[in-house]
Order: sequence, then C-alpha cells, then structure tokens
Amino acid sequence: MAETTLSQRLRPYRVLLASRARAQMQYRASFVTDILGTVGVGLAEFAEVWVIFHNVDVLGGLDFTAALLVFALSNLAFSLADMFVGHLDQLPRYIRAGQVDAFYVRPLPLLAQLMTSDLSLRRVGRLSVALVALGVALTTADIAWSPATVALIVLTVVSGTAIFSALFTAAGGLQFFLVDGAEFTNAFTYGGSYAAQQSQQVFPDPLRIFWTFVVPTAFVAYIPAVAILGLDDPLAPSWLAWLTPVAGLLAWGIAATCWRLGTRHYQGAGG
Amino acid sequence: MKTFWLLLRAGFRRHSTYRLALLAGMTTNSVFGFIRASILLAALASAGTAIGGYDAPTTIAFVWWGQALLGTVNLWGFAEVKDRVRTGDIAVDFLRPVDPQIAYLAGDLGRAGINLIGRGVPALLLGALLFDMAWPPSAVSWAAGAVSIVLAVVVAFSGNFVINLLAFWLVEIRGITLLWMITGGLLCGLYLPVPWFPDWLRTIANWSPFPSMLQNPIDILAGRVVGHDIASAVGVQVFWAVALLALGQVVLRAGRRRLEVQGG
Repeated sequence: MAETTLSQRLRPYRVLLASRARAQMQYRASFVTDILGTVGVGLAEFAEVWVIFHNVDVLGGLDFTAALLVFALSNLAFSLADMFVGHLDQLPRYIRAGQVDAFYVRPLPLLAQLMTSDLSLRRVGRLSVALVALGVALTTADIAWSPATVALIVLTVVSGTAIFSALFTAAGGLQFFLVDGAEFTNAFTYGGSYAAQQSQQVFPDPLRIFWTFVVPTAFVAYIPAVAILGLDDPLAPSWLAWLTPVAGLLAWGIAATCWRLGTRHYQGAGG
Repeated sequence: MKTFWLLLRAGFRRHSTYRLALLAGMTTNSVFGFIRASILLAALASAGTAIGGYDAPTTIAFVWWGQALLGTVNLWGFAEVKDRVRTGDIAVDFLRPVDPQIAYLAGDLGRAGINLIGRGVPALLLGALLFDMAWPPSAVSWAAGAVSIVLAVVVAFSGNFVINLLAFWLVEIRGITLLWMITGGLLCGLYLPVPWFPDWLRTIANWSPFPSMLQNPIDILAGRVVGHDIASAVGVQVFWAVALLALGQVVLRAGRRRLEVQGG
C-alpha cells in the first residue's frame, strides 16, 4: 500500500522528466550539437591537465594516472549533478522575470519543480568524457582491487554527485537574496568543481581547509582517490575517504537551510 | 568620432549600473585566481625551473592579469546582435546614421572599461597583495600593455561580432558559439600560458586570433615579452583586429542584402 502511494506521488515527476527528455530530442541536429559541445567542454578541461603533465611528471604529489583518476571522479560527479540540478542556475532569470510566482501556484514543491524543470541530457557529453577517463585511470593505475575498493568508488560517485547538487541548491537559495549578484555563487559551484579536480596538495593550508571543511569538494575526488590508490598523504588518511557521505549529508543540511531561507525571503514579483 | 565617444560612455554607464554584479564577478575571478595560482606554482615547483619563460613571479602575473582581463575582454561572447538579427531588430540598427559594427564596438569598449576598473583592477590588486607578483618591467611595458589590452578587446569583439552575424544564415548559432568559446578558452591562454603547450598545439594557437585576445597583453604586462618582441606581439594583434573588423564589414553587408523583415 505504502509502495503504491510512493509511486503515485512520484508519478508527476516521472511524467515531467520524460516530457523534458522527449522535448530535447525533438530537434535532433540541435541535440547532437549540444552533446558535442559538452564533449568539447570535457575535453578542454582534460587538455588543461594534460598540458601541465606535458611539462612536469608529478603535480601535487600525483602522477598522471592518479591525476586522471581525480579528474575523472570529480567530472563524473559534477556532470551528474549538473544534469539533474545544474539548471537551478536559471533561477535569477526566473526571479527577475517574475516567473517564480507561476511555480508557486502549482501543486508541487518549488524545489522539486525547479529540479524537474529541465533534465539537461546534453551533459551526457561531458559525462562520457569523464567515464572514459575513469576507465583509463582505473585500468592503468596500480590498484589493489577488493570489494571495498569497488564499494568506495560507487560511494564516491554517489556522494560526490550529492555534494555538487547541494552546492547548486545552496546557490539557488542564495539567489533570492542576490539577484544581480548571481555570479557570487559561481565562486563555489564552478570554482568548487575546478578545485575538486586538483590534487589538494597544491593548495596552501588555508585553502585546503576551505575546500575540505567549508566547501567540501576535496571529498569529491581527491580524498577517495588517495585511498583507492593507497597513496600517502598525512592530511588525507584512507579512513577519511569513507566519510564522503557524511560530507554530502552536511552539505545537504546547509543547502536545505539556504533554500529555506531564500524561499522565506522571497516576497513575490508584485504582479 | 564624437558619436563613438558618446556610445562608449553610454556602454560604460550601462554596465556600471550593476555594481553588485561587478563585485560578484570580481569575487568569482579571485577564487579562480587562487586555485589557478596554486596549480601553476605547484607545477613550477615540480619542474624546479621556469616553464616556457615563466618563473614564479611572472606566472603569478599571468594568473592575475588573466583573471583581471577575463571580464574586460569579452571572451565568452555576447548574444545581443544575434538576438537582434533573429527578431529583425537589426533593421533598426541599419537605419541609424552610425555603422552597426562601429556602434556595437563603442558600446563594448565602454563595457570593457568599467569591467577593467570595477572588476579587473580590484582582483589584480588582491592577487598582488597576497602573492609575489611581477609588475610590468618598464614604462614601455605599461604603455604597450595598455594598448595591447584595448586591441585584445577589439579582437575579441570583432571575432564575436562575425559569429553573431552568422544568425543571418543559420536559425540557431548555439553550436558555433559553443565551439568558438571552447576553442577560444583553450587557445587564448586563460587556463595555461600558450608557451606551455606542446609544439603542435602552440602552432595551432599562434595561427589563430585567440592569443591576441589574452595571451599577448598578459605576456607584455607580465614582462615575459620585452624589447622588440613587444612590437611584434602588438603587431599581430593589430593584424587580427583589422582583419576581423574587415571580415565583419563584409559579412554585415552580405547579411544586409539577405535581410528581409516582415511587416512594418
């Protein structure tokens, strides 16, 4: 009985998402161009890593394979989060145009509506670049495989996606206050994604603390990668990698608070 | 000339209205500056020597001038002209006594000015305060750097203008815009200095207009390029500015002949 209720309650979202997906695939050429575009974005991000390793053998204590693993894990989590909730970025536009009010009068929660307002399928381009990088990194790296390793990888991808989604949601909540200053939040959404791709050893201590405890993007890729590869970093012991879900939960706690504050603050477009 | 100046000031004032947006942009640029500076310094430490002519202080200058000029030079392009072509509003621009390309260029230079002052310089000073940064080595470098920044704005604008005008022929130019942005972002020297590229990629970059949009002014201001090389760096920029502006005129005229506005 409870199960039917749940599936009934989720039905509107399924219908919405399916319609978004169908809508995007109507214009075939445009859809393919968009996918190629996000493949390009992924490749450009990879090129940055690759060009650095063209000049040096080790960066921040990581060799190329290890850096590739960090790159892959963070890009995988980011593109998944971007696909599901990245369009919360559009919120300032909705707020300015007064379209948020239209969401309020519909019989579904605001955040759920915004999340399902789009399903950016074009992000599969970047996602596939990340998957290929992950495949290459996992096969070429020297990994002591065990069920724990597999579990850790799955846990990392899920929690990493949760962390980035939380960042996007927190950014969305803050948009109700910022409006014109929408770009502030890019500092920790896109900036966080950029930081997550790096070996955390490149950062001076204050920045490292920031990316671990304030905006926890170090948990997305670097800390798990150190554990998977069995590397030695006194600041990232391997047990810490198992705390990635905790970081995700805390990030979601903050995101929920930001979202609640933002929606309470919102006074309507005055129409 | 007077009209040009008035349009430029209008562009400056239009973009200076959104002060919070400038502060937000500066914050984001600074956060990326911190991350990029950390990565590049780690790379230099690992190499143990200068890479591609960049040592630690000039690398820091590369990073922070890059972040400062990111908002000044319109690397990511604009959609205004494209939208006006699609809606037919471009016809109004054709009716005006000023050439549309020149009018939009003036507005963009104004936008660049306020972004340099309100967004770029604060980020640069923050970088200089927190890192050991190389300043332009001489008065010549300062002066040539200033000219080079203006040229970079012109090159980026005129390239984007041509892309926008493709909307005369194509219904949707999003794919082309995206391709332009990705190639440009990589080859202009925003993420990494062009001299760090492997040979083949550097050759491609040097044959493209993209380094003229960012790498050339940064090279001069960071003091990596000095003496006679300054003249050739600026010369390449002048070439691209003239070539892309001329191309813009050709495309604009062809588009004007094609334009058909319904109703009236």
